[in-house]
Amino acid sequence: MLVLIGILIIIAGFLLRFNPLLVIMASALATGLAAGLDIAAIIAAFGKAFNDTRYVSIIWIVLPVIGLLEAYGLQQHARSLIGRMKGATLGRLLTGYLLLRQAMAAVGLTSVAGHAQTVRPLVAPMTEAAAEAQNEALTDDQREEVKAFSAATDNVGLFFGEDIFLAIGSILLMKGLLEGYGYVIEPLHFSLWAIPTAIAAFLIHGFRLRRLEKRMAQKTLAQEAGA
Amino acid sequence: MITLGFVYVLTGLTFALFAALGVADRSNPKRFGNAAFWALLALSMLGGDWLGDFGNGLLVLALVAIAGTGQIGRAPGGDIPADIQAERAARHGPFLLLVALIIPAVALAGTFLFKWIPGLADPKQATLISLALGVLIALGVGMARLKPPLVLPAQQGRRLLDAVGWAAILPQMLASLGAVFALAGVGEVVGDLIGTAIPHGSLFGAVLAYGLGMAFFTMVMGNAFAAFPVMLAAVGMPLLIMQYEGDPAVVAAIGMLAGFCGTLMTPMAANFNLVPAALLELKNPYGVIKAQIGTALPLLAVNIVFIWLFAF
Repeated sequence: MLVLIGILIIIAGFLLRFNPLLVIMASALATGLAAGLDIAAIIAAFGKAFNDTRYVSIIWIVLPVIGLLEAYGLQQHARSLIGRMKGATLGRLLTGYLLLRQAMAAVGLTSVAGHAQTVRPLVAPMTEAAAEAQNEALTDDQREEVKAFSAATDNVGLFFGEDIFLAIGSILLMKGLLEGYGYVIEPLHFSLWAIPTAIAAFLIHGFRLRRLEKRMAQKTLAQEAGA
Repeated sequence: MITLGFVYVLTGLTFALFAALGVADRSNPKRFGNAAFWALLALSMLGGDWLGDFGNGLLVLALVAIAGTGQIGRAPGGDIPADIQAERAARHGPFLLLVALIIPAVALAGTFLFKWIPGLADPKQATLISLALGVLIALGVGMARLKPPLVLPAQQGRRLLDAVGWAAILPQMLASLGAVFALAGVGEVVGDLIGTAIPHGSLFGAVLAYGLGMAFFTMVMGNAFAAFPVMLAAVGMPLLIMQYEGDPAVVAAIGMLAGFCGTLMTPMAANFNLVPAALLELKNPYGVIKAQIGTALPLLAVNIVFIWLFAF
């Protein structure tokens, strides 16, 4: 039971808004000590895992390219492109991106798009421009919400597309674990059973995107009535 | 053959360049903290395999000390004026879009190419290696046509990374915390707790506990992969599959997706939820999570119903 102290530290630390890196380190030390490990062993275990997961941080090498393109006006161009496209509304744009992201992830292309590669330089400014086209007087809070939904759509598309791909890590994990219990299952079966949820995710998130679009447009009327 | 090691070297050199540019940026009152932080990450990328486990642990402690004592910050200003950007966008717009699309296009093409032609690159890491190649090609093409000052991409890239700050290593830190949790047996304890909390004799109750447990434990661990073995052992295997004879493929596949709903709702999944908020410069660090809860909760309910419908 004592090892659960790490979870409590994490929850309390995030709620109290301490620096998350400190909270994580404190949680790791407390959990390790509660399990009877000595400090050197905890530090070594943490260091080994940190080194083994460096691939997570590879993504930052795209920043010089994004920085170069943004200095030359990529975000402005993405915005003006949307301005010229009739019918490119916030809802349609993000729903299209959702479908594309799900489809790509479903064939194993998970790192092709992402927050650094596509959302910040392209999807977010395009979506913001589409929202502006319908509502000239977007407030800062509305802009923030539109950007947040751009990132959210990328996540939903990735999570509920990738499990359709046969060779994704989670499917290999499921196959391996079930084999340990004596159930031998073809990866294809896991893939197929990911499809109903993928469809449900598309419908639910797509519906929310439509409502977001309406909400962004509706506030204009209220603002106009107030003016 | 190109391996992930090549990408680590490239990333390490990039961080080293950021550190060098950072220390020279006198407009940033915290330039030494920033430079030290990125320099340590450069060391991790370039020499992590030679530092040993304890050495890497000390490196992490140093990173945490720098960030935890507030030594990281970004320089104010430095944005390129909007009218200059607009004027440049009018001149170079379509070309910029083309270069931006080079990265995903090369990542896509490389993934297939490296699997077709074995021996060129490590096929298991084909996409990450292709992504790095895409970055190099895009940078080369962009530099050749735009002819900016040589240091501009690195300088602008550093400014973007300074804006993200210490959150840049949160995903790696949380993954490492997960490793310590595993070592300490946190999973088994949580699994036992959930196992004893299930009402006896109710199939739907067991399905509900399994689905909610997957989502909840994923939120705690920040990762459905860490939650899945625990929930499978505690509820999925003994109750759903053995006692109620559910289809193991359905229980596993949709159970994992119930966990993914949890991923959408937790700051512990930093690379998906907190890093983009920093990258998009949102005022609310939890803005992305806020936008996702409305999708995650109904989808979790759908997943639980799907398991109940399809597995039995």
